[in-house]
Amino acid sequence: MKQSLFDKLWSEHVVVPETAETPAVMFIDLHIIHEVTTPQAFSLLREQGLSVRHPELTLATIDHSTPTTPISSFKDLDVVADGAANQVRQMETNCRDFGLDLLGYGSEHRGIVHVIGPELGASQPGKTIVCGDSHSSTHGAFGALAFGIGTTEVGHVLATQCLLQRKAKKLAVNIDGQIPDGVSAKDIILAVIGEIGIDGGTGHVIEYRGDAISALDMEQRMTICNMSIEAGARAGMIEPDDTTFEYLSGRPRAPNGADWDAALDRWQSLKGDEDAEFDQSVSFDAASMQPMVTFGTNPGMVIGINDPVPDGGDDISFRKALEYMQVAPGKPMTENAVDIVFIGSCTNGRLSDLEQAAEILKGRKVARGVRMLVVPGSQQVKDEAEAKGLDRVFADAGAEWRESGCSMCIGMNGDIAQPGQLSVSTSNRNFEGRQGVGARTVLASPATAAASAVSGYVADARKFL
Amino acid sequence: MTPVKQIKSRTVVLPIKDIDTDQIIPARFLTTTIREGLGANLFNDLRFDKNGKPKSDFVLNKADSEACQILVAGNNFGCGSSREHAPWALLDYGIRAVVSSKIADIFRNNSLKNGLVPIVVDEDTHAWLIDNPGADLSIDIETSTLTLPDGTVAAFPIDDFARYCLIEGIDQLDYLLQQSDAIQNFEENRNWTP
Repeated sequence: MKQSLFDKLWSEHVVVPETAETPAVMFIDLHIIHEVTTPQAFSLLREQGLSVRHPELTLATIDHSTPTTPISSFKDLDVVADGAANQVRQMETNCRDFGLDLLGYGSEHRGIVHVIGPELGASQPGKTIVCGDSHSSTHGAFGALAFGIGTTEVGHVLATQCLLQRKAKKLAVNIDGQIPDGVSAKDIILAVIGEIGIDGGTGHVIEYRGDAISALDMEQRMTICNMSIEAGARAGMIEPDDTTFEYLSGRPRAPNGADWDAALDRWQSLKGDEDAEFDQSVSFDAASMQPMVTFGTNPGMVIGINDPVPDGGDDISFRKALEYMQVAPGKPMTENAVDIVFIGSCTNGRLSDLEQAAEILKGRKVARGVRMLVVPGSQQVKDEAEAKGLDRVFADAGAEWRESGCSMCIGMNGDIAQPGQLSVSTSNRNFEGRQGVGARTVLASPATAAASAVSGYVADARKFL
Repeated sequence: MTPVKQIKSRTVVLPIKDIDTDQIIPARFLTTTIREGLGANLFNDLRFDKNGKPKSDFVLNKADSEACQILVAGNNFGCGSSREHAPWALLDYGIRAVVSSKIADIFRNNSLKNGLVPIVVDEDTHAWLIDNPGADLSIDIETSTLTLPDGTVAAFPIDDFARYCLIEGIDQLDYLLQQSDAIQNFEENRNWTP
């Protein structure tokens, strides 16, 4: 049978094949862990007297519940989020007790799980990668099979380096054509989710294909794969190519010397067969895409920046969403005033994202009454941005330049919007309360977010370029 | 895990679709390091006002919802994050089965690991359940069927292994640990090093 990339990675990692009665046992090559979804898993290991089977395949950091205020204030963790300090201390203890290296406070490599895996070169083609976080699909940008798991499964991987899995179906998302100026990877993936719906990928692994995808750099590919889960798909992946290999070359955890040559041989063979069959397939024309913004309370409620908010008829869920967002059907989102702007997260917290925002902000000021947070995805992104002077651009514009972390993507670390505030955010979820109780989130690209900060209203960044 | 074979209860109905895990248990409650106690904050922001008082119009706050063990929800329940705190919160509150026309993948997996039964029924049955809150249902895991008050029986799909684990109370980690020879064999014979 003709095999897709997913089929090949699946076959390579099957320890025990699946049967009608039992799921497959699948080997995991890289397990990334953080402080929020692991404490109960380590407790289970302790209760059962188990050890971590492969500490060297486990990458540990802290990102979700940690503040993004200066490091000196980290000792006051409990001030920003109840229980956060205890959780971080427990992560430190767990890593020490189970022999795991923790990229914790003081590490120059600390950062968001889905930012540091790639930038360290640990996320590689052909690997199975899991983490107790649904945006683990990010690592699929490298031609890896990467997906989010729950805490019980974190325990399974710690103890056995394996998971019990049923093979998912395959969804091909083909995107061809020239991407217009002013349209980013974030706009593309929001358009895809808007089209197939937030449950359109349920039960499937997405393979993104087409010349528009091949033309993207690695950071843009990560943005695309990152939001696969927002279409309900467990994983999203892109065939590795020279762009992938160049990105990995020379990174601390990428192979080097003779090992690099051997790895490259293997990686270059990781291609789906031509005419591989998919359970479902959808196609998009990149040339017709435009900047996208959400208007409702899930990422599938999304429209073009100048398009009118649709009328949901008598759908009570739709009406509840518009009521929560305080937006009116028939009018574009650009009529909404902005209170807070967030640039960051595992979706858009990498160097190129910050550069896109800085390009708009350079020589301009954040509008009066708007608070803007710029949160690098990792300490390494922070260092690189500072070396390029981006921190000055943000500070001069009146934005806050912060330490790395999940920040306003998930309201559990002190960085939140106040009830009723409208937040234009480069993160991945506009769910009710995601950025704080009553916070109204508009998902957008870094350029759209920066343009909105400057104008004080949700704005079309193409007018600022 | 405690075996789960049958669940008999009235339903409580949340007719909203796409209920995400942030609504089931908001992120600010995830700084806990234990599984217990999350039921107090289940659906927190739908259930309580800003002063922490129960909202009288939210279904779980109504007197006839008390002790209901079956939650019927709109399409695509449990979408969003991978937090296992979502099924932990539902179970801690007393919910033992969730019925919808579609249930998100990670939430379904997490639920099955904890003995919370995720049930996807056909659209007609789903529509009837949404329209008839408080219906007395009987769920039988062994036969994978749900019986409505009038005796109508609806089948629901459930993975054979998941069903076996529910009925027997099997912990899936024990099953995985029994595969250690196969895992070692795999590690020694694959032609690459992760």
